Amino acid sequence: MAEFIKLIDITKCTGCRGCQVACKQWNELAAEKTTFTGSLQNPDDLSYNTWTLIRFDEVEQNGKMNWLLRHDACMHCDWPACVKACPSPGALVKTDEGPVVHNTKFCIGCKSCIVACPFDIPRYSKEKENIAKCTLCYDRITDGKNPACVTACPTGCLTFGTKEEMLDKAAKRAEKIGGFIYPNNPKYETHVLYIMPGGLKVADYSHANPNPKMPTTLMWWKNLFKPFTLIGIGGVAGLAALHYLIKGPHRVHEKKEEGGE
Amino acid sequence: MTNHWNDIQHADVILVMGSNPAENHPISFKWINEARSKRGAKLISVDPRFTRTSATADYYSRLRPGTDIAFLGAMINYALEKDRVQWEYVKNYSDAAYLVNPDFKGPVDLDGAFSGLTGAKYDKASWSYQMDENGIPKMDLTLQDPQCVFQHLKKQYSRYNLKKVSELTGCDIKSLETVCDVFTATYKPELSGTIMYAMGTTQHTYGSQNVRAFSVLQILLGNIGVAGGGINALRGESNVQGSTDHAALFHILPGYLKYPKANQPTLVKYNEDNTPKSKDPQSLNWWGNTPKYIASLMKAWWRDADLETAYSYLPKIDDGKNYSYLPIFSAMANQEIKGMFCWGMNPAVGAPSSRMIRRCLAQLDWMVCIDLWETETSAFWQKDAGVIPADIKTEVFLLPAAASMEKEGSVSNSGRWGQWRYKAVDPVGHAEDDLWIINQIVYRMKDLYKNDGGAYPDPILNLTWNYGKVGLDGRVHNPSPREVAKEINGYFVTDKEIEDKAKKEIKKFKAGDMVPAFPMLQDDGSTACGCWIYSGSVSDTENKMMKRDPADPTGLGMYPNWAWCWPVNRRIIYNRASVNAEGKPFAKDKPVIWWSGLKKVWLGDVPDGGGDPGTKLPFIMVPHGRAQLFAAGMTDGPFPEHYEPLESAVKNTMSSKQVSPVITRWDEKAKEKTCNPIIAEGCIAATYGTEDSKGFPVICSTYRVTEHWQTGQMTRWLPWLDEMVPHQFVEMSEEFAKEKGIIFGDKVRVTSARNVEGIVAYAMITKRLKPFVIAGNTHHMVGITWHFGYKGLVTGAIANDLTPFIGDANTMIPEYKAFLVNVVKA
Repeated sequence: MAEFIKLIDITKCTGCRGCQVACKQWNELAAEKTTFTGSLQNPDDLSYNTWTLIRFDEVEQNGKMNWLLRHDACMHCDWPACVKACPSPGALVKTDEGPVVHNTKFCIGCKSCIVACPFDIPRYSKEKENIAKCTLCYDRITDGKNPACVTACPTGCLTFGTKEEMLDKAAKRAEKIGGFIYPNNPKYETHVLYIMPGGLKVADYSHANPNPKMPTTLMWWKNLFKPFTLIGIGGVAGLAALHYLIKGPHRVHEKKEEGGE
Repeated sequence: MTNHWNDIQHADVILVMGSNPAENHPISFKWINEARSKRGAKLISVDPRFTRTSATADYYSRLRPGTDIAFLGAMINYALEKDRVQWEYVKNYSDAAYLVNPDFKGPVDLDGAFSGLTGAKYDKASWSYQMDENGIPKMDLTLQDPQCVFQHLKKQYSRYNLKKVSELTGCDIKSLETVCDVFTATYKPELSGTIMYAMGTTQHTYGSQNVRAFSVLQILLGNIGVAGGGINALRGESNVQGSTDHAALFHILPGYLKYPKANQPTLVKYNEDNTPKSKDPQSLNWWGNTPKYIASLMKAWWRDADLETAYSYLPKIDDGKNYSYLPIFSAMANQEIKGMFCWGMNPAVGAPSSRMIRRCLAQLDWMVCIDLWETETSAFWQKDAGVIPADIKTEVFLLPAAASMEKEGSVSNSGRWGQWRYKAVDPVGHAEDDLWIINQIVYRMKDLYKNDGGAYPDPILNLTWNYGKVGLDGRVHNPSPREVAKEINGYFVTDKEIEDKAKKEIKKFKAGDMVPAFPMLQDDGSTACGCWIYSGSVSDTENKMMKRDPADPTGLGMYPNWAWCWPVNRRIIYNRASVNAEGKPFAKDKPVIWWSGLKKVWLGDVPDGGGDPGTKLPFIMVPHGRAQLFAAGMTDGPFPEHYEPLESAVKNTMSSKQVSPVITRWDEKAKEKTCNPIIAEGCIAATYGTEDSKGFPVICSTYRVTEHWQTGQMTRWLPWLDEMVPHQFVEMSEEFAKEKGIIFGDKVRVTSARNVEGIVAYAMITKRLKPFVIAGNTHHMVGITWHFGYKGLVTGAIANDLTPFIGDANTMIPEYKAFLVNVVKA
C-alpha cells in the first residue's frame, strides 16, 4: 500500500472542533469531566481519551489581533522516536503506510515513548497502565477511508492522500499564500504536515516544537551505546568461549547430583 | 437566502456581518474557502467580538453592538461618493429613477424621522411614487430630479461619512475605510459580493432595517440575482427555512401570504387588501396572484367547504394586535391564555426576559411539551428552576418526540432546497414522530367537538385530514409525510381545463392530478395547495425532493436534479437581474442564465419570469418589478436610519430620535404600571439618560458557540460536546477585568434592569474583546452565550434572564444583541 500524509492547512482552520469530536466518536473515547479553562480550549490538553484537540492561542502583534487555531495530534514521524525508545516489541509500530500505531496488548507502561516524543503526544493511563495516541485511523485508511478527523473537517483544512500528492499540494499552497511547510526538515520527515501562514512563527503557536528532531539522549542510548551493549554482550560471549576453550565444558558437581532427588 | 450555500464559492468578496459562520454555520466555510482558494476572494468579518470567523478573515472591523445601519450607511455613502455604482443595473432594475411623492420628507429634514409620524405610528400616505397618466411610476433616468429615489437616498446617506460613523460605531476609521473599499469594489459588472447574515443583524429593534441596509448596498453594487452575490440569511436551525415557508409564525400563512385581520371578514376583502396592482406591462407583479394562492390554501384545509366559508373558519388577528412572544406571554400573565403547546421549543431559556417568561408559564392551567429531552420549559415547576413545586398549579405533560433521523420527511435548508430524508432508526422508547402526535390530537379533538359540542366546532369538524390510508373507522392511523407533501404541492379538486396563452393550447386536468407548478393554481376553488411556493415539488410520478442526481450542467454547482428548490426549482432568485437587456450575463465567467438567440430560449438556471430579454423586469415580487431602494412596505421608514438600541449608554448622534420612534414600548407600559405586575418587572429597561440606566453601564450581547446549539436542550445531553464547553461564561476584555479586579478563574455576577439578582458565571478574560471609545468615553462590552439552563448533563446560568422585552417594529423579533448590564465580581 502507498505511503500517506495528512495535511493540515492551518490557514483554513476555523476551530469548529469537528475533528475533535469525530476522533472521539470513531475511536470510542470517553468524554472527560472538564472544568472551565479560561479559554475555549477544552479539554485543555491531550490525554489518554483525547487524541486530538484544537489549541487556541490569542496573539497580538503590532496591534493586530490573531487567534491562532491549531489541530494538534500525533505527527506520525517517519523515523519515530517513540518506536525507537520503546523496549517492548509490538507496542509501538511504524507501519508502511505511515501511521505509527500503538498496541496496548504489548505496552508495558514504561513511558519511554512519552519522554522520547518531540511533539509530546503519547499519554499514559494510570488505571490502564498503558499509553494511547492518534493512530491516523490506521483501521480506516487501510480500508480505503480517510481518517475520521479529515472526514469531519468542513473547511478543507484537513486533507489526506498519498505522500507524493500531498507533498505537491503542500508546496503549491504554501507558495500561493506566502506561507511555509512545517515540519520542513529533510532529516526529520513526518506523515502529518502543516501549511503555516506567512508572518507567523511556529513558536507563536503553543505546544508546537519549532525544531523537531530525535532526542539526543535517545540517540546516545540507542545509537551510540547500543553498539557498546553489543560489544558487551559479544564480550561476555567471547569470554565465555575463551573460558570454554581453556577450562572445557562445565562439569556438574557430583555432590549436587547426589543431592538430587 | 436569495442564493444558496454552494453559490458562495462564486463570490469575489464575502461580507460576514451579523453572523459568525465559522462557529454557527461551520459547513459554509467549505464554500467560503473554495471562493478564497479558487477566485482569490476576500473575506470580511464585521463583529463587535473577534470571533473564530474573524480569526480566519482577511479583514476585520469592530463595531459597537447595534450600530449596523450606521456602518452600512457609511458603505452606501462611500459607494455613492466614489461612484462605485453599477449604473446599468441601478437605472434599469431598481427604483432609483422613480419620483417620490413631493410630500415625502426624510430624516435630514425631520430630525431622524420620516414624514407622517404621529405618536408612535407612521401615516405612510407620503411614502409613495408619483404616477403618470397610465398608472406607472414617473421616472427621471438622469437621476437628477431632487424628488427621485436616488436623490433622496443620496441626501440621507451623505450624513454617514467615515469620520462620523467611525466615532459612532467605535471602529477605527482605517478599518472602516478598508471594508468600504474592498466590498464596494464589487460594483464592477463582472465581480460579485455576497453578504452572509444571521441573528446579529435581525435581533434589534431595527433588525428588519439592518437587512434593508444590506439590500440598498447590494442593489447599488448590482449584486442581487448574480452568482456569488445576494443577501443570504444563514438559518439557525436545519429546517427553520421550512418552518417559515410553512408559516410557523404568527403574521403569515403558508407561502408568505399575509395573515387575515379582523377587518377583513370576507375573502373578497382580504384579496382586495392584499393583492398589489401594477399597470406597468413590463412588471410581472407576482403577488397579483394572491387570490389564487389563498383560494388553493383554503381548499387544501377545508376541501368540502366553499371558499368564503373556508375563509370564515380561519381565526383573524384582532386589528392593531400581533401575537409575537411579547403579547402572548402578557396574555398568559393576565390568564387570558390558559393552556399552551410547546412543541420543540424552549422559551424558559430562549425567550427574552426569560425569568419573567417562566413566571408567566406558572399562570397557565396546563402545558404540553413535546421534545426529545426534558427541557427547562417542561421543568419550569421543578426545584432546579429555583421555585417551590407546590406553589405551581400548572399541570405539565411531556410527550417524547422522535429525533430527525427517527422519522421521514423533508427539510428545507437556507438555500430553499427541499430535501427528503428517510427514517434511519426507530425512535427510542415511547417516542413518536410529530406527525403521529398531531394526528392523534386532531382525531381526539374532532371526537370531543363532535360528542361534547363547543363554541365553534365547524372549522375542526370540517377540517380535511387525509394523510394516508384510511382505516375501517374512517381514520388515518399512521399518517404519511409523503401524503402531506402531495397536499403541499397541490392537486386538482375538480376536473379543469386551463388555457396556456403562450403555447396556444388547452391543458386538461382531472380531479386528483398533481398541480404541475403554481402558475396552474386557480382562484375558483378548483385547485388545492398547502403552500404555493412548493407547488411543483411533487408530480404525479415522483417526489422531486427525493432526487439525488449529482449532475451539474452549468458547472456552477446548481445541481438542478439534486433535491428541489422553491420557487419552481430556481436556484438563484431574481436571476433576471444577472443579465443585461439583451440577455447577456454581466459576469461572463459565472453566468446564471443567458438568452440563446438561436433557440429563442433562456438557458442555465430557471429564469425569473418568462418573456424575451428586456421585456420583463427582474424583481417580480415587488409590484413595479424594480428593486426597491425606497421600501414603503416597512413600518419604520422607507430608508434605513440609525437609531440606538432601546438600552444604550450612548446618545444618538445622527438625530434627536434616540430609539426607533415606532417600536412598541413595553418598558413604558411597565413604568406606567398599565400592565400585569409580572410583565412590569420583566419589561423594565435602562433607557438612555434615565436614572435607571446609571447602574447598568456595560454593553452586553448574547450569542452561540459551535459546540452547543440554541438553548442547549439537545447538546447539553451529549458528553462529547459538554466536555468542550462545560460551563456558562462571560467574555470580557482584559481592560475591563483589570478595572473590576477580576482575574482568571473568577466568577462574576451580571445584572440587568430586569434582573437585579443577576446571573453568575465564569469570567472569560480575552484579548478578543476591546473597550469602545465613543465621544471620548470608554464603554465596555461583555458577551454571554445563551446555551445554558438548569437541565441536562451540564448546567449554567440562563443569559436571557437578563435580556430586554422589546421587539423590532416590523417583525417583533426581540433585541437580544444589544442591551445594558452591570458586572461585578461574584
